[in-house]
Parts: sequence; structure tokens; C-alpha cells
Amino acid sequence: MLTLDGLSKTYRTGDSALSDVTLSVPKGQIMGLIGPSGAGKSTLIRCINRLVEPTAGRILLNDVNLVGLGKSDLRRQRRRIGMIFQEYALVERLTVMENVLSGRLGYVPFWRSFLRKYPEFDIQRAYQLLDRVGLIDHADKRSDALSGGQRQRVGIARALAQDPELLLVDEPTASLDPKTSRQIMRLLTEVCAERGLPAIVNIHDVPLAQQFMQRIVGLRAGRVVFDGPPDRLKEDALTTIYGEEDWNTMRQGEEEQSQAEADARDRIAALAQ
Amino acid sequence: MTGTSAPTSWRRPPQIIKDRRWRIAVQIGIVVYLVLAFGSVEVNWIRVYDGLERGQRFIMGFLQPDFSSRWRDISQGLIESLTMTLTSTVVGVAISVPIGIGAARNLAPRWIYYICRSIIAVSRSLQEIIIAIFFVAMFGFGPFAGFLTLSFATIGFIAKLLADDIEEIDETQAEAVRSTGATWWQVVNYAVQPQVMPRLIGLSLYRLDINFRESAVIGIVGAGGIGATLNTAIDRYEYDSAGAILLIIIAIVMVAEYGSSYLRKFLQ
Repeated sequence: MLTLDGLSKTYRTGDSALSDVTLSVPKGQIMGLIGPSGAGKSTLIRCINRLVEPTAGRILLNDVNLVGLGKSDLRRQRRRIGMIFQEYALVERLTVMENVLSGRLGYVPFWRSFLRKYPEFDIQRAYQLLDRVGLIDHADKRSDALSGGQRQRVGIARALAQDPELLLVDEPTASLDPKTSRQIMRLLTEVCAERGLPAIVNIHDVPLAQQFMQRIVGLRAGRVVFDGPPDRLKEDALTTIYGEEDWNTMRQGEEEQSQAEADARDRIAALAQ
Repeated sequence: MTGTSAPTSWRRPPQIIKDRRWRIAVQIGIVVYLVLAFGSVEVNWIRVYDGLERGQRFIMGFLQPDFSSRWRDISQGLIESLTMTLTSTVVGVAISVPIGIGAARNLAPRWIYYICRSIIAVSRSLQEIIIAIFFVAMFGFGPFAGFLTLSFATIGFIAKLLADDIEEIDETQAEAVRSTGATWWQVVNYAVQPQVMPRLIGLSLYRLDINFRESAVIGIVGAGGIGATLNTAIDRYEYDSAGAILLIIIAIVMVAEYGSSYLRKFLQ
């Protein structure tokens, strides 16, 4: 269970990215975080594992306050929080296996990680996770040899290797095509369900969020302006989150895209005949 | 602007000095300065004529290089130079790596950053010959002074380029490793090293190449190696031996050049 209490972040430039965000995510819940760009979605996620230092407020992960921890305590707490990134953020020149094992860095001493001599248990777990995400045959490949969807699967395996109690997911599908996006979202929701993991997922694709999330929180200018199940996310709520104009252009863009897709389908169907 | 009303000629507008009068004044100024500068160079034509003869003997020496009569000196100088090159590159790179990491703004705390950057600045601001003269005065003639000189110069070169490279790594990879709860050393080993290693190897090979060439130069001021042999040969007016030495240097530099560029390509 994760609780954010009055979380605020003001950057040194004076820009207020988050103001007074109070939320809690119970065990096993997948929460989607939507909002226009610059609303503070990324900042919120990065404040939780303190890649960004919050200015005020508390972050409780199963009763441990993550704000104000010293260096080594913070490292110990970061192990409990898996993170998945927009551009996968795999270390490209390392093998897939090394990337998955890097999820264990917080648990092993430096010499083990340096010599790549991980405990047997960790290696076995890494293989199991690679099998779970369907990449067992790619373990020894360099990770820049994989496709986008495969890389994101490695990213998921790396986060799960940490044996986390919370997953932070930052725009997991932003660099993927629609079909792969859906596969990745499905995999994410499955692994969370298997492990009863709570997750916060930044996502800019509203239909995708509605399809896969159990709960949606809308951010606008650093404040929570919507909090509820996906089916309550209607016209008026989206207008509040994205602002009248942006939401209309976004919807228009989506309509145009779906029309273009339908057109393309028709033409392919016509060709096939 | 339809049909023929659009203009048919176009000139690139002036980019740096917009005012036409200033442009002409600056151009005239440059010409006047060049004329005066050339006028101030004093040339002693008789001395030039004498020199031509010496130059001719030099070129004849090149055309008929004598490898054999001074071969013992030449081979000893070569061995000294090659030893100096290899040891100084290895030692220099080994010292450069920690300094380079310390001089990377995104890895090191402020005070370490400033210390390492100043070491680099000192090493880079002193030309090899000046350092060589200094070390020769301290430790006497011979390859040890050369070894120290080249190691010192290598530190400035490799540490600076390595630090700049570390500052340009993809931060999200480091962020990802950091977010697993990794320590600073583990972040360096898992997120930074894989990103900069190919370039570090490439730079080290390039530096090996430079160090060999420099070893020939600093020998002239007494730091041992093939440069010292070359200097002796020229002092004794043995241009055929000097020609042989220069040809050997050219050959070795070429081999090093092709070898290192092949290796670098292979590593990418």
C-alpha cells in the first residue's frame, strides 16, 4: 500500500510541478495517471523513488516514509520499488541477462555485480522472469539487438527482478505501435495481478488507460482533478483534465486517426478481393 | 506576386557585417595588414642559398638511407621509444580513468570535480616538450624522463575526453540502474562503463599512436628514445642515417595508424 500525503514539488526555477497531491494506492491496484504534458505525471512518479526530491509531503510505502531517508536507507527502499521507463532505459551494450540481473543490484555486494557472479537463486529467478515475458531464448543477446516491444519486456523483467512491492511505470507504450502497446499493457496488468502488486502507470493514451486501468487519476497543473474508475471518466471529466481546447483537438485527432485506419483497412480488404 | 511580377534576381544577404562601408573598410584593413606583415619578415637570401645545399644533402640522405652503419644505435633507440610509448600509455590511461570519472559533472561531487578538472587543465596547458625539458632537468637524460612526460600528457588527453564522454551518456540508463537501489560504484559499472568503454578503448589506441610520435620529438630535448638517436645523427651530419630513422618512424606511425583504426572499427 502506497500513500502520498500532501506531496508537493517546486523546481528551483520556481515552477510548481506538484501541489498537495494526496492519494493512496492499495495492494494489487493498477492506477493510471493521465493528464496533459507538463501536468506533473513524470514528476509524481519520480518523486516516489526520489529520482526527483519532493519539496514537501510524505510518501509512505507500507509504513516507511521515503521522504528524508539518508543515502543508504534510500537505496534499501528503492529496491522495493520497480520502475519501467518510456524509452525502456535498458543499458544497450549489456546483454539481456545483465539487464535483468541489474534489478538485483540493490541486493548484492559490489564485487558480485562487478564479476557478474550473482547468487544461484537470482540467476534462476532471472531465467524464470525472462521465460515469463517470453524472451528466454534472447538471454545472451545484447539488448540493443531487440525490438521495441521486446526491450520493454526486458524492462518489465528487470523491474520484477527487484522483487518489488510497488511498480512505477512511466509512459510504457509511448514509443510502441498500437498492437505492441496493447500486448505490453496486458503483460503489465497480468504480472501485477499475479503478484498482487500495486502500480502507478503514467499514460497519455486515454482509451488505452480506460481499457486496462482499474482506477484513473487525472492531473492538471500538478493537482488531482479526477479520481475514479475508468467508466466514470466521461466528457466533462476529460474536459477538466485536458482543458476544453486541448481535449477537443485530441479527440479530433483520434477520430481522424481511427478514420484513416478504417480507410486503410477497407482499401486492404478491397485489394484482397 | 503572380506571374512575372516576382523578382528574377537574388543575392545572399550579408551575414556578419551588415553595413557595406564597414565591410569594405575591414577588407582593406586586412590587405594592408598582410602587406605590412610580409614586409616585416627579414629574409637573408644568402643564408637561404647556403641552406638549399644542406637541404639537398638531406634529401639525398633520404633517397639513399643508410640503415646498417648505425643500426645498433637505431635499434636501441627504437626499442627505447616503443617501450616508453607502451608503458606511458598504459600508466597514463590507468591514472586517467579515475581522474576522468572525477571530472565528470554528472558523477562527481563539486569539489572532486574541480580538483580533477584542474589536474586536466595543468596537464593540457603544458606542451610535451616543456614537460620533457623539466623532467630531463629533474631525472637526467634518458627514457625515464620520456616515460614520465608521455604519461603526464596522456592523463590530460584521455581524462578530458573521457570526462566529456561520461557527461554525454544517456542519463535515463543511469537513472534506471540507480532506481534499482544500486550504489554509486554499481551505477558506474553498469550504466556508465558500457556506454563509454568503446570510446575509451578507441582513445587509448589513438593515444598510443600519438605517444609514439611524441617520443620521437621529446628525444630531441634529451628524453631518450629514437628522437635522441635522430638528434645525434643530424648533429653529426649523418643525413643518410637520419633519413633511415625518419623512414622507420614514418613506417611505424603508418602501421600504428592503420592498426588502431582497424581495431576501433572492429570494436564499434
